[in-house]
Amino acid sequence: MSHAMVDAATTPVGARIAIELHDVCVAYDRKPVLWDVDASLPAGQLIAIVGPNGGGKSTLLKSILGLVRIASGSISVFGKPVRDVRRLIGYVPQRESVDWDFPVNVADVVLMGRYGRLGWLRRPGREDRRIAAECLDMVGMTSFASRQIGQLSGGQQQRVFLARALAQESTLYLMDEPFAGVDAATEAAMVEVLRTLRNAGKTVIVVHHDLQSVQAYFDHVLLLNQRQIAAGPVREVFTSSNLQKTYGGRLTLMDEAAQALRLSDQPHGRPR
Amino acid sequence: MTFDLHIWPEGSEWWVVTAAALACAACAVIGTFLVLRRLSLLGDAISHAILPGIAMAFILSGSRDVWPMLLGALAAGLATAGLTAGIQRVARLGSDASLGVVFSSLFAFGVLLITWVADRVDLDPGCVLYGQIEFVPLDTTTVLGIDIPRAVLWLSMILVADLLFVIVLFKELRLSSFDPAMSTAMGFGAGVIHYLLMTFVAATCVAAFESVGSILVVAMLVAPGATAHLLTDRLSSTLVLAAFLGVTAAFLGFLGAKWFDTSVAGVISVAAGVQFLTAALLAPRHGIVTRWVRRGLLAIRIAREDELAALYRQHEASPEPSATLTVLPPSTLRQRLARRLLRLDQSVRRINGGLSLTPAGLEQGAAIVRAHRLWETYLAQKTDLPLDHLHEASHRVEHFVSAELAKRLSKAVQATQDPHGRPIPPV
Repeated sequence: MSHAMVDAATTPVGARIAIELHDVCVAYDRKPVLWDVDASLPAGQLIAIVGPNGGGKSTLLKSILGLVRIASGSISVFGKPVRDVRRLIGYVPQRESVDWDFPVNVADVVLMGRYGRLGWLRRPGREDRRIAAECLDMVGMTSFASRQIGQLSGGQQQRVFLARALAQESTLYLMDEPFAGVDAATEAAMVEVLRTLRNAGKTVIVVHHDLQSVQAYFDHVLLLNQRQIAAGPVREVFTSSNLQKTYGGRLTLMDEAAQALRLSDQPHGRPR
Repeated sequence: MTFDLHIWPEGSEWWVVTAAALACAACAVIGTFLVLRRLSLLGDAISHAILPGIAMAFILSGSRDVWPMLLGALAAGLATAGLTAGIQRVARLGSDASLGVVFSSLFAFGVLLITWVADRVDLDPGCVLYGQIEFVPLDTTTVLGIDIPRAVLWLSMILVADLLFVIVLFKELRLSSFDPAMSTAMGFGAGVIHYLLMTFVAATCVAAFESVGSILVVAMLVAPGATAHLLTDRLSSTLVLAAFLGVTAAFLGFLGAKWFDTSVAGVISVAAGVQFLTAALLAPRHGIVTRWVRRGLLAIRIAREDELAALYRQHEASPEPSATLTVLPPSTLRQRLARRLLRLDQSVRRINGGLSLTPAGLEQGAAIVRAHRLWETYLAQKTDLPLDHLHEASHRVEHFVSAELAKRLSKAVQATQDPHGRPIPPV
């Protein structure tokens, strides 16, 4: 581990560990919402954070970003505290966190992705606009560039958010339920973009709610229900006993049946 | 007869108009951010909450000079914003409830302080801090050898400060108002920007209260921003329009006040309200009347196309060019209107007591029926809807099928007949 840390400190892009979570515990007021999170999330992979509603998935993402203060433990990103590597992190927040009536159009929103690189007071220039337009094109939303953001459908809004994250040209992406309210075709297109990022050596961490697609989309998974249930390669830790532990009684029979079917197709997925 | 211009401002009244315009523009620009951040009532809250600030300033300084009072008011304004945000976070209340708790408590605390010092001195905030716009020309000061009202000088400075703030920090303000989490994650602390904005709001409020009174300030922080928000889709245009609306309301309000011989601040506020009402009714996208008109026009278009399609179907049965189509007498107002429209745009003409389609009408009718039957065929091929369910769906869609979509549908279905065996009219 210490080797990886030293390595990361000098060359973040080549680091093997993207995020090191050490005994992380988060509390709102006195009520702990997240504890015992202790994992190393590998660089250059598609990583899912999976768990029930209220299981602390978004909270974990926000604590990595420094938006939520952790009560104890430590978090390092490429071996450094997050405030030193802000520019390396792209973020797709939850849909509900922004005001869709706000007077901005699609092109403005994507251009916001460039702000982090510019820093205080500097204005986006021609090069920034070009990159933003390119990113908008990558998600197939160019023809909507001058639309007010609230006029788009949920799926289109998520694509714009993805374009904004791309415009950040980050090494590490944190995405909070990017597939929420997205139709199947759009989801497939977005996953394609995520794979492109991964293949270019970037790390993509996604809060994900659909158990069915975890195995198809992701390399690595962190199962979370207030405490960490398991973390590791999908093949090793995405097992029905771990899922049962994660969701407790909340996993419906339907989910379980579907899960059982899926796992039975896999040569080495079955725990029993 | 000549037009009576007695309401036009003259002499020192221009100073009143100028002060009003400056105050309105400053409040409108900074207030737009309050509206967008759903903090519209902050101005109202600050107007009450500055009372303890004035009282404390008096107790500490022992004088009724304007400077300590202003500083006290500014501090109280900032405290309002800070306490509101703090309570919102700690007690998990909505911004409205936190704001309500903070300003009413501060106001009450102010009343207590005032009563406590009252036996020593007369400290009426009505006199100490709330100015009256009509009295602006009376209190002048000399700048570069020119006598100008103090209020105009102050308001110019505050407007320039507000504009500089918004222009210099435009990028940061836009990001943190739209998406505060993203803003903080990128290193533009949303909290820092919020307090910076609140400082400008409090300073604008206090300076404007002192010069033009609180009614005008409270109204102008909200109305122009809200109106501009209805009419624009980009922050820069929202801000420019809000400032323009503020200045316009100031001018119209002055004229109105002179006409009715009443309070200038009152009529300016009413003018801003009228602007909002007009926008709410007529805004291009969100306006109530606009939507109503748009829906009406759509209904008329659909009625016309339905009528045209009905005539075309009759024409199909006996396809001679000059055949008289025996149509049932129009039963509804809608149909009668549609038929009059068809005659007006020369899609049909009267012939032998009946109607006949002109070549233009024939072509349009064919296009609608074509869209209808293509859609029916498509649904029959791609879904398992029963045959008798196809008509309803297609009847609704036929009015919205563009030539381009029809071409693609035609390519997709590869058919000359619809599922009921009727011909699909060729292009």
